[in-house]
Amino acid sequence: MLKDVEQYIRMNRLPHIWCPGCGNGIVMKAILEAILDSRLDPLKTVFVSGIGCSSRATGYLNFDTLHTTHGRALAFATGIKLAKPELNVFVVTGDGDGTAIGGNHLIHAARRNIDLNVILFNNNIYGMTGGQYSPLTPQGKSATTAPYGNIERPFDICELTKSAGATYVGRGTVYHTKQLTELVKGAIQNKGFSFVEAVTVCPVSYGRRNKLGSAPQMITALKDNAVNVKAAQKLEADQLAGKFLIGELYKETAPEYTQSYDALIARFRKEGDAHEQ
Amino acid sequence: MIKQKKARLLQGNNACAMAAIDAGVRFFAGYPITPSTEIAEYMAENLPRVGGKFIQMEDEIAGMAAILGASLTGVKAITATSGPGFSLKQENIGFATMAEIPCVIVNVQRMGPSTGGPTSPAQGDVMQARWGTHGDHPVITLSPASVLETYELTVKAINFAEKFRMPVILLLDEVVGHMREKVIIPDVSELEIIERKRPVVPPDEYKPYLDDGTGIPAMADFGTGYRWHVTGLNHDENGAPAGKAEVVQSQLTRLFNKLRPYYDEISLFKTYKTEDAQYLLISFGGTARSAAEALQTLRKQGIKAGFLQLQTIWPFPEGTVANLCKNKKAVFVAEMNDGQIIGEVKKNIENKESLFGINKINGELITPQEIVQRVKEVVGVC
Ligand SMILES: Cc1ncc(C[n+]2csc(CCOP(=O)(O)OP(=O)(O)O)c2C)c(N)n1
Ligand code: SF4
Repeated sequence: MLKDVEQYIRMNRLPHIWCPGCGNGIVMKAILEAILDSRLDPLKTVFVSGIGCSSRATGYLNFDTLHTTHGRALAFATGIKLAKPELNVFVVTGDGDGTAIGGNHLIHAARRNIDLNVILFNNNIYGMTGGQYSPLTPQGKSATTAPYGNIERPFDICELTKSAGATYVGRGTVYHTKQLTELVKGAIQNKGFSFVEAVTVCPVSYGRRNKLGSAPQMITALKDNAVNVKAAQKLEADQLAGKFLIGELYKETAPEYTQSYDALIARFRKEGDAHEQ
Repeated sequence: MIKQKKARLLQGNNACAMAAIDAGVRFFAGYPITPSTEIAEYMAENLPRVGGKFIQMEDEIAGMAAILGASLTGVKAITATSGPGFSLKQENIGFATMAEIPCVIVNVQRMGPSTGGPTSPAQGDVMQARWGTHGDHPVITLSPASVLETYELTVKAINFAEKFRMPVILLLDEVVGHMREKVIIPDVSELEIIERKRPVVPPDEYKPYLDDGTGIPAMADFGTGYRWHVTGLNHDENGAPAGKAEVVQSQLTRLFNKLRPYYDEISLFKTYKTEDAQYLLISFGGTARSAAEALQTLRKQGIKAGFLQLQTIWPFPEGTVANLCKNKKAVFVAEMNDGQIIGEVKKNIENKESLFGINKINGELITPQEIVQRVKEVVGVC
């Protein structure tokens, strides 16, 4: 399977910068498999990222790729998609990049329902800068800037993007890789703002500090703590305590932003034609 | 769109927006702020009529980011703002400089610092235009003094951005942006319009940061098969992140120096009665109008003054200023700030004791009378 997606990787840019045991490569592969299965034209596919370990993915991907400034990937991607709606535009972002410094862009891109496929690598920490807490760090967990335990409350980022107007929302993990690929495929299919939270692991800047064990142990813990959204319907509240939901969480249809804009342009074209007659 | 080529009353901000569309701009992203908002409003109304796109973003950071995304697809893109918004745009202006993405940022200056005076004219962003974003970097900044010049310099700014593959800053001020004048706008067919250089090699041979001898590498549009990487990190000629000192040095040396061979072409200015002048006035933007008027008065009163109006602020026209300041009894720099351009003049003038600033920072224009008075005070003692 890796062979099949190699065409989407800039093999000459390897080795990558990620630590041994990092979950980022697993997320990247799931995305590429979704692209393969969806038969997207790689020449018409653009990847945009912000700043962080996860955001470095763009450098290794063999598409038109844009590694922007911290938090701003969605705003750059909005410009690309609006200027050239025929492009398939993906955004790769981290939990810090996408929900702290880039949080405002996230809710507004979702509100516009612009056709972007956003994959947020949630490792619960600022990995690149060495382990500071993010808006998705669970309460009580340790970070270099929360040495006595994090007292802030985290976002449920899927609930947030849904409320903000996203028309496709899913959550997967680096344990449930097949499902993660399916979620990205669902995002691709949706003509609107699609958001996939990919729960991943950072054994180096998060796991070690919180004594979560080795990378395999951290990944196995995802299996133990994730509950499929369908299965969850049959469970009692106390059975769901401490668990998180995975799967396709939300789906609806709504006017897509660039299509609405093109309709506006078409209106003027028609008026122009009428005028010429 | 409004018909061209007849005299009409036009506002500076509208002239700017109109020129942008005439020069081929088809994308605008921004956030409303006085005194620049008319540019966004004009774009919102007129871009969809020509198949272009307008978007009001959630803030100026996003507006700046969106025009860079659009520009990467090959579309000419522009944004407009004022003081506080210009501050927010700085990080991505740096990104545009580093990644070499053509775009134009219009800053209709208002009084600062901070919220300052939203409708008060000022020229306090000269140094911010030069050094607002972090790190060493090249920059082009143009500043018009009239509605017609606003039209002309907007076209120039867009051309420079495309030709030199970089952000270009157009510094308007509240005076010029909100002023209405009767102007005859040139026909679009008469305009010189420059398109960015695109690669002629096949995708597998394309190097987005390779110097082809001009200092300005060719740029491929996203979605045309070139599949290249754009980053704000130090990078090699392929655009791949690079940390090796030799690679960083060679790319940054090219970047910092890429305008040098083109200084004459970029350096725009106007001179009035400088041939026999004993005294020289230097000004730019809205204040240049008062200086031009003051020049007439001084001449009528028998004082041999000349006037240099800078249209290009950055790169600072060092040679021109040094030449014109030579052998002058006194040089006066009029600007609506606490003295920014005067510092650059000082670097390029031999007799630093004969250099005088005429400044105002109370939100009011410098009047011709104030310039005349200051010159006469100095002439009296000369
Ligand atoms: C404006 C700005 N502020 C701060 C930084 C420093 N910085 C780099 S990456 C990062 C956090 C990234 O965390 P996250 O998005 O969670 O990605 P991860 O590294 O965990 O994948 C920060 C704060 C920066 N590059 N730019
Ligand atoms: S610091 Fe964490 S997120 Fe970053 S590469 Fe290492 S393991 Fe991955």
